[in-house]
Amino acid sequence: MAQATQNQIRANSSQRSLVIRNLVAWAGVVPFLVFVILFLFWPASSLITGSFQNQSGAFTLQNIIDLFTPSIMNAYMLSIQISIVTAIGGGIFGFMLAYAVIQGGLPRWVRTALTTFSGVASNFAGVPLAFAFIATLGHTGFLTALFADKLGIDIYNLGFNLYNFWGLALTYMYFQFPLMVLIMAPALDGLREEWREASENLGASSYQYWRYVALPILWPSLLGSTILLFGNAFGAYATAYALTRTLNVVTVLIGDQISGNVLFNPNLGYALAFGMIVIMAVSIGLYTWLQRRTARWLQ
Amino acid sequence: MAPTPNGKVAAVKKKINLWAWFWILLGALYFLVPLYGTFDFSLREKRGVLSLLAYQNVLADPRFRDSFTYSALMALATIVVGLLLIVPTAYWVHLRLPQVRPLIEFITLMPFVVPAIVLVFGLIRIYSGPPLALTNSDPLTNFLLMCGYVILSMPYTYRSVDTGLRAIDVRTLTEAAQSLGAGWFTILFRIIFPNIRAALLSGAFLTFAIVIGEFTLASLLGRPAFGPYLVYMGNNRAYEPAALAIISLALTWAAIGLIQLLSHGRPGQEQVGGVH
Repeated sequence: MAQATQNQIRANSSQRSLVIRNLVAWAGVVPFLVFVILFLFWPASSLITGSFQNQSGAFTLQNIIDLFTPSIMNAYMLSIQISIVTAIGGGIFGFMLAYAVIQGGLPRWVRTALTTFSGVASNFAGVPLAFAFIATLGHTGFLTALFADKLGIDIYNLGFNLYNFWGLALTYMYFQFPLMVLIMAPALDGLREEWREASENLGASSYQYWRYVALPILWPSLLGSTILLFGNAFGAYATAYALTRTLNVVTVLIGDQISGNVLFNPNLGYALAFGMIVIMAVSIGLYTWLQRRTARWLQ
Repeated sequence: MAPTPNGKVAAVKKKINLWAWFWILLGALYFLVPLYGTFDFSLREKRGVLSLLAYQNVLADPRFRDSFTYSALMALATIVVGLLLIVPTAYWVHLRLPQVRPLIEFITLMPFVVPAIVLVFGLIRIYSGPPLALTNSDPLTNFLLMCGYVILSMPYTYRSVDTGLRAIDVRTLTEAAQSLGAGWFTILFRIIFPNIRAALLSGAFLTFAIVIGEFTLASLLGRPAFGPYLVYMGNNRAYEPAALAIISLALTWAAIGLIQLLSHGRPGQEQVGGVH
């Protein structure tokens, strides 16, 4: 009886010390958690709650409904269109480059050069990137002048305009396809030469190799990367702001709202940001999920 | 005579090679033409001759020096605070809380879900009124901006630190240090930090590249940083913005070049996007 009680006490105290040890272990990550709560989760969730409140603080769905007014829907549509166009365009171009340099039998230095360029270009964005494209393809830019002087062609007369949708897409592509190169490289490295040789030995055509071997392996990572590129363009603000003030993508609309309350309703502004968080969360979530699927092949 | 199998393989190889070169050429054009165009444009401030006048104007502009110094100091503060926050956390998770790693990884992905423009919107909403009215004073707004930058650079810093910690034997190093009587402070600053130096420097350079030209947070928090200065020049000058773009590119290039030098091709160091 006494023995049993003693065991009980011992078990209790060892359980307690385990709890204490766990608490101590958790204490080590508290500063980090406090920081991200203060400067990331609290601000972000305040926008989410704000988008379900009216100006006096009561619960409402009106802001979400108001997102479907034409001016705001147009901003979302524009953002989605530019993100899809540059994600698919940048995705295809980036994939071709990565494939060329990894599986195309080119000298090693070409790959090193491409990786370095891609690292720089995917980080060379925002305001300086907009300036570079204005200096190159603006009304008096380098290429515009070159075409006018040497060929007598005015590209702006032919319908090109750096400050419209396609100009912005061309500029976004500059940071989109290098990102594709960087994230597709590991997946393409995992594509083994032996698989192609084996399928050729079995009499498969190039089409059959791609249809039945390479693409089934690559598609999660291709799709995932394209989705990441979508999110990358969707969240871009500085490039669009510095290049054009006439294309109202969602980020530019949010920026205007922050600096001047152009919607005349702060809570509608929060709903605008909430919509962005939802779209970004879906794309980053899909990307992470597809990336995990790819990881299996890369062992 | 039918071609030998070897000859056929060689022909296929050659065709692939030609295609590969075609795409690389196209890629090189896309990369280089805007850079060359910008450089050429930046030299044309003086009518009819090539000159460095735009660069001279920029370098002589006190606002350039002030805003650049401001952003460089901001980058430095972000690097120090970011590393002090993330290295001990990542170390602790490696050593004592491996089960928490997915949660930490999830959290460090969150800055991708909350883009800079949304983050600054939230920061302004929380910190521009009571109880924590940080935006009423300049030093406190600087502090808020720095915290925002720590969040923006967190995915990159965490990834480099995590890669660095995976490459060393955290447990053995810690136990060896402990058995020699070292405290936690000594272990962190005299054992762990020096051993993941290369990873820390990679994270630091990338943070520098992100913060130095950052526009969104700085502009909407109304701070005199380099990014807002760039936009101001873009609105008021023709050739100086091109010179500034070339200067920014050189800085980005230096930061990325140093990262690649430090990681010399080790996997896991590739970075996913910056702040646009």
